[in-house]
This record gives sequence, structure tokens and C-alpha cells, in this order.
Amino acid sequence: MEFFTISMLNGLSYGLLLFMLSSGLTLIFSMMGVLNFAHASFYMVGAYIAYSIARVIGFWPALLIAPLVVGGLGALFERYSLRRVHKFGHVPELLITFGLAFVVTELVQLIWGRTAVEFLPPESLRGPAFTIINSSVDGLHVLWGAAPAAMCSAADAAVRIVCSPFPATRAFMMLVALAMLVSLWLLLTRTRIGLVIQSALTHPQMVEALGHNVPRIFMLVFGAGSALAGLAGVIGGITFVTEPAMAAAVGSVIFVVVVVGGMGSLAGAFIAALFIGIVQSFAIGFDYSLMSVAEALHLSLSPGMANYSLLKLSISQVAPIFPYLLLVLMLIFRPKGLLGTRED
Amino acid sequence: MKATATHATTAAARRRFDTGRIVVWGGYALLFAVAPLVFTSNLDRSILTQIGVAIVACLSYNMLLGQGGMLSFGHAVYTGLGTFVAMHALLGIGDGSFPIPVSLIPLVGGFAGMGFAVVLGYVTTKKAGTPFAMITLGLGELVTAMSLMIPEFFGGEGGVSANRVVGQPILGISYGPQIQVYYLIAIYTLVCTVAMYAFTRTPLGRMLNATRDNPERVQFIGYSTQRVRFFSFIVAGFFAGVAGGMYALNFEIATFEVVGAGRSGLYLLFTFLGGATFFFGPIIGAVLMVLGFALFSEVTQAWQLYLGLIFLLMVMYAPGGIASLIMMNVRVAAYRKLHRLWAWYALLAATGLFMLVGVAALIEMVYRLQLESGSGSTLRYLGFTLDTQGTASWLGALAVAAVGFVVFELVRRRFVRAWETIEGEIEATAALKEPAS
Repeated sequence: MEFFTISMLNGLSYGLLLFMLSSGLTLIFSMMGVLNFAHASFYMVGAYIAYSIARVIGFWPALLIAPLVVGGLGALFERYSLRRVHKFGHVPELLITFGLAFVVTELVQLIWGRTAVEFLPPESLRGPAFTIINSSVDGLHVLWGAAPAAMCSAADAAVRIVCSPFPATRAFMMLVALAMLVSLWLLLTRTRIGLVIQSALTHPQMVEALGHNVPRIFMLVFGAGSALAGLAGVIGGITFVTEPAMAAAVGSVIFVVVVVGGMGSLAGAFIAALFIGIVQSFAIGFDYSLMSVAEALHLSLSPGMANYSLLKLSISQVAPIFPYLLLVLMLIFRPKGLLGTRED
Repeated sequence: MKATATHATTAAARRRFDTGRIVVWGGYALLFAVAPLVFTSNLDRSILTQIGVAIVACLSYNMLLGQGGMLSFGHAVYTGLGTFVAMHALLGIGDGSFPIPVSLIPLVGGFAGMGFAVVLGYVTTKKAGTPFAMITLGLGELVTAMSLMIPEFFGGEGGVSANRVVGQPILGISYGPQIQVYYLIAIYTLVCTVAMYAFTRTPLGRMLNATRDNPERVQFIGYSTQRVRFFSFIVAGFFAGVAGGMYALNFEIATFEVVGAGRSGLYLLFTFLGGATFFFGPIIGAVLMVLGFALFSEVTQAWQLYLGLIFLLMVMYAPGGIASLIMMNVRVAAYRKLHRLWAWYALLAATGLFMLVGVAALIEMVYRLQLESGSGSTLRYLGFTLDTQGTASWLGALAVAAVGFVVFELVRRRFVRAWETIEGEIEATAALKEPAS
């Protein structure tokens, strides 16, 4: 039970982080038709900038400033690079974001070094948010904060007590992602600028004819999407490791989220992000393989078969390929994605 | 080797003996024959061999990118799997279970690449455009992740290694010395280049261009764009596999990196830099790729950063790559107007170089500060001594970069105007000639 709860929460928090990243990507894609390869790079830059700011003025101001800086950088990139290649077609647009991702990785290594930096969460976010204590005598109960060591060990050997802490950074991640989700939804559906953005998605010419500056809206959306990625980066940076490889670690997964959810569908991205997050975090906890299944069914395998590594692969080892498998299957059987409307 | 469709059906191209073409292909073959006689050290010959491999890989990649408009992020899957199968074939020759001549190893790689292209390409080519790019990316990640899970075939972290000096030497050729491997790979490269050029002239090659330019119309005529993409993908997979097989022969080791996304990205980067719109563009790109890794990485630590910056500028200002820059100037020269541009090129080069000196000094100083501060604060740079602790060096480099940028930008704007005037004149002349022909 505590395994289920903790895995579920881990999966949810990871899924929400993925959604924070893919929401910006989806917005940019549905507006400009550009699948931004450098999106994960903005995530990484957000983490690094926050790291540098946090060392000077503390974590909380950095949480606010770093996304703004990243958003500004994103807007500048749209204005001076992406807009220029827009007239050449989609392939150069993809290429320029690909090139940017390449350059950003190098630049980050140049400025902050090739190894991971020590980006620690602030004092208030260290340690567990709550601890689930499962005792074979008292049953299950939840304790806010860390549980004292005495409660996690039993004097009697017959009593089994398991303490499962849930890190505060993960809880914070969920909190920020949910707040962002709600404000994004309110912004898009309840405000004037949101309505203009929505209409510019489908009828850019008409919006332009009504007197709105559509290229500027594009720039703003690109900047906002980058800022969201930057925000995700700050939180991802304190939860995971802040290193030059962190962009590649989430980069291809968020593409999977966007494609599986349906290109340009925010709701689809939300479902896909949660699904992938949860499945991955559960898969890590399982240690079963085809071999153990065969043993459980009392099938006897020949020695040659038993040495074959495919059978020995456990689910936790296969977990990394799961998103890509999902992507390929989705593109074969339902190319427009879960909730998508366009075919290509 | 002009690959533009418009030239294809002119009377000149139909002539049986096209001297221009013979000179170009003859020169290409001659380069391969003579190069190892000029560069005689083992390292040089190894670099030349790698260039041959890279040429086939980049040309096969361009079959997708340039000729089919398919942006693949997973081309290394086909070269890499070709390499692995070729390694196992080489092992098979060694223990006698697979008795074929060593010279046929690249073909084994080719058929492996083709086989995987049939299986994976069917999924991949269902879509064009952005979804195509996404599927190739996903499949690339999938194969990379799988390669670490199946150590029987991929050899795990250590990879698979084999010895190419196996079996009976044929005519005294054992493939022990690098020069023998070089000539084998040179022949394969030559044949593959000719074959891939010939492919652009087949009906399938032509339909591939049409599918790139106007898929809707292709479907109206009654072709399946999906099938055209699929068949071309298989052909590209074959040549990618040949490149992989040659790689296996040259290096005698294959690690999981040969199927990785990094290598796929490099194929994309350098094919584009060389020029995807012309057939010979990827050849330039391939030469740059090997030289970049072998030589530039010795000169500066930051060369990948420079590479990325050049790539960004190229996408923004010259999306046709180096080949298109060459061909644009060839066209100007054909109209005898090139002499008006020499002064501009000299000015551009001078101011650009000035800016580059400043920017590079800044980058090198930051690198020294960040990554190798252990080796002291001063560094030698083009005969100057820069001090990463002194303000003079920083201010100096910054000033050179800024002044260089301003002057370069001024010159560039004037140059663009001059270029457009000349282009306009050429268009006018061409329009006059048109009714006459």
C-alpha cells in the first residue's frame, strides 16, 4: 500500500513536471507549427540560471527571476533567429532549434563546467514532506514531515515497520505545476489576451486583420513557453541533478508526450504526461522479468534459454524504452495522438 | 554533378560523351587514387579512410533530407546496425561459420541496413514532415536503449570487436596494412557515389523529388507518396548499412555509440553544412566532419561550440549550405560577373576574420577559466599572450569583437545590395535568352 501511494505520488509529480515542459512546447507548436527542439535546453538554462541567482540572493527570488530571464532569452531567439528562417519552411525551423540545442549544451558547459553543479533546495524544502508509516501492529498512518527514528524501528523483531518518506521537493513540484496549470487555463480561457492567442491559433490572418500584431503574439507565446520551461527547470534542478545532460534526459520524453497527447492539444499533453510519469515510476519499482514469470508458472527452461538476456530483463530495466515504444505504437495506430485533431 | 532537375533534360545532358561529367567524375576518382600517395602516414591514411566512410553515410542521409525532404534524427540506426551485423559477420569469418571474403563485409552491412530499413522504415515513412522527424527520433532512442539491454548482440558497454585480418589472403591482400583497407573503402565509396547519383536519375529518384516538393499533386497523379518514401528509405538504408560495414572494417570495433542520437545529429549537421540541395554537398560535409574531429578538436576545446554557431548562421543566412554558396558563385562566374565581387569577398573575409579573432579570444578565455584553470591563467592565442585574470585582455578581446562586428555588418549590408544588383542583371539576361532557346 505504501509502495503504491509513494509510487503514485512520484509518478504524478514527474508527470506534472513533464506537463509543465510539454505545455509550453504544445502551445508553441500549435501556434507556429514549430516543434521546438531547444525546449529542453531552456529547461536546463532555467536550472543553471536559478543556481547562479540562488547563490547570490537566495532560492525564492531565483524561482521568480530565472523563468523571466529564460522567457526573455526565448523571445529574443524567436525574434532574431526563428522568425528569419520562418519563410524557408518547416525543416529549417526544426534545424535552427536543433542547432540552438547543440549550442546551448556547449555554452552551459562553457559557463558552468562539464560536471554537475550542487544546486540544493532551500532549507524549507529539504527532507520529506510527509512520511507514511506502515506497521504490522498499528496499521497505516501518515505523519507530516520526517518521522523520528524511534517510530521507524520496532523493539520487537516480530513487528514489521516500514517508513516511506515523500520528498518535499516533489510535493513542491506538484504544487507549482498545479498552480501553473490553473493559471494557464484561466489565462487562455478567461482573459482578453488568452482569447486573442486562441484565435491566432486557428485564424492568424483574421486576427491580424482585426488589428492585432500576430508576430508579436508569436514572440510572446514563444517567450512564455520558454519561461514555463525555465520554471520547470528551477524545480527540476533542485529535485534531480543539475548537469549538462539534464536537457537530453527530458528532451525526447517531452516530444513523446506532445506526440502521444496529440500535436497541439493541451489536454492530451496533460493526460499523456501523467500517464508516462506514472507508468515509469511504477515500472522502476517492479523487478519482474519474463524469466521470473516463467518460474512462477513452473515452466522449465533449457540452460541456453535461461542464459538469454532478453528473458532476464526486468521491467525496471525496460522502463527507459517504454515512452519511445508508446510513441511508435501511437504513431502506427492513432497518428493524430490521444486528443489531437491534425494528422500531420 | 549538377543535380538540379532543370538541367537534366537539356540536350547537352543527353549527349553520349559529356566531357564535363567525365572530368568531374574522373577527377573524383583520381582524388581517391592519389590521396594516400600524398598523405603517407598511417594517421593520414586512417583519416582518409574515415572520409570515405563518412561520404557514403552523408550521401545516404541526404537521400532522405535533400532529395526526399525527410528530416531524420535517427540515421545512425541504419549505419550502426550495419556496423554491428558486419562485426558479427567478421567474427563469423574468423571462426569459419560464415565463409565469405573479407572484401564483401561492407555489402553484408548494406543488406543488414536494408533489412532494418524495411522493418523500421515501414513505420517511419507512413508520415512526412514533423511526425516523420519525431518517429525517427523515437526509433533512434529505442534502438539506443535496446543496444544496452541485449549484450549478446551489441556487446554491452564494451562493444563488439573483431579482427579484419582473417581468412585466406586473396592475391596477397590480407587487409592488415591500412593502405589495403583504404583502397577497398575508396572503391566502395566511388561505386556507392556513382550508384547514389544514378539513383537520383531513376524514376523513383525523380518521384522522390516530386514527393518532397508537392506531395498532394503526386497523389493526384496516382502515386502513393508513402510508398515512394518507403522505397527510397530502403535504398538509403542500404547505403547507410554499406557505410556501417566499412566503418566496421576500418575500426574493427563497434560500441553502442554508433547507433546513438549523437551520431545521427552529426550526420544531419554536416550534411546540412555541406549542402542538402545539391548532390555533391554531403561530400563536402563528410570531409568537414572527419577533419573536424581529427584536426580541429586538437586545435581548440571549444570546436563543437564553433560548429554549432556556424550551423546556426548557416541555417539563417545560407540554408543551401556550402554547396549552394559555391553554385551561386559558379552561376555568377558563368555570366562573367564574378570579377565585380572579388573586392567584396576580400573585404568580408578581412572584417569577418577580425570579428572572429575577437570572439574566439573571448570564448577561449572563458574556456580556460572554466575547464582548465589548473593550467594557469595565461594562454597563447595567435601569437598573443592572454591573461584570464587581467582586464586588459578581456577589454581588448571585447573591443576587437565589437568593432569587428560593426564593420562586418556594415560591409555585409553593402555586399547584399551589390549581390542583389548582380542577381537582377543575371535574371534580366536570362529572361532575354529564354524565348530564343
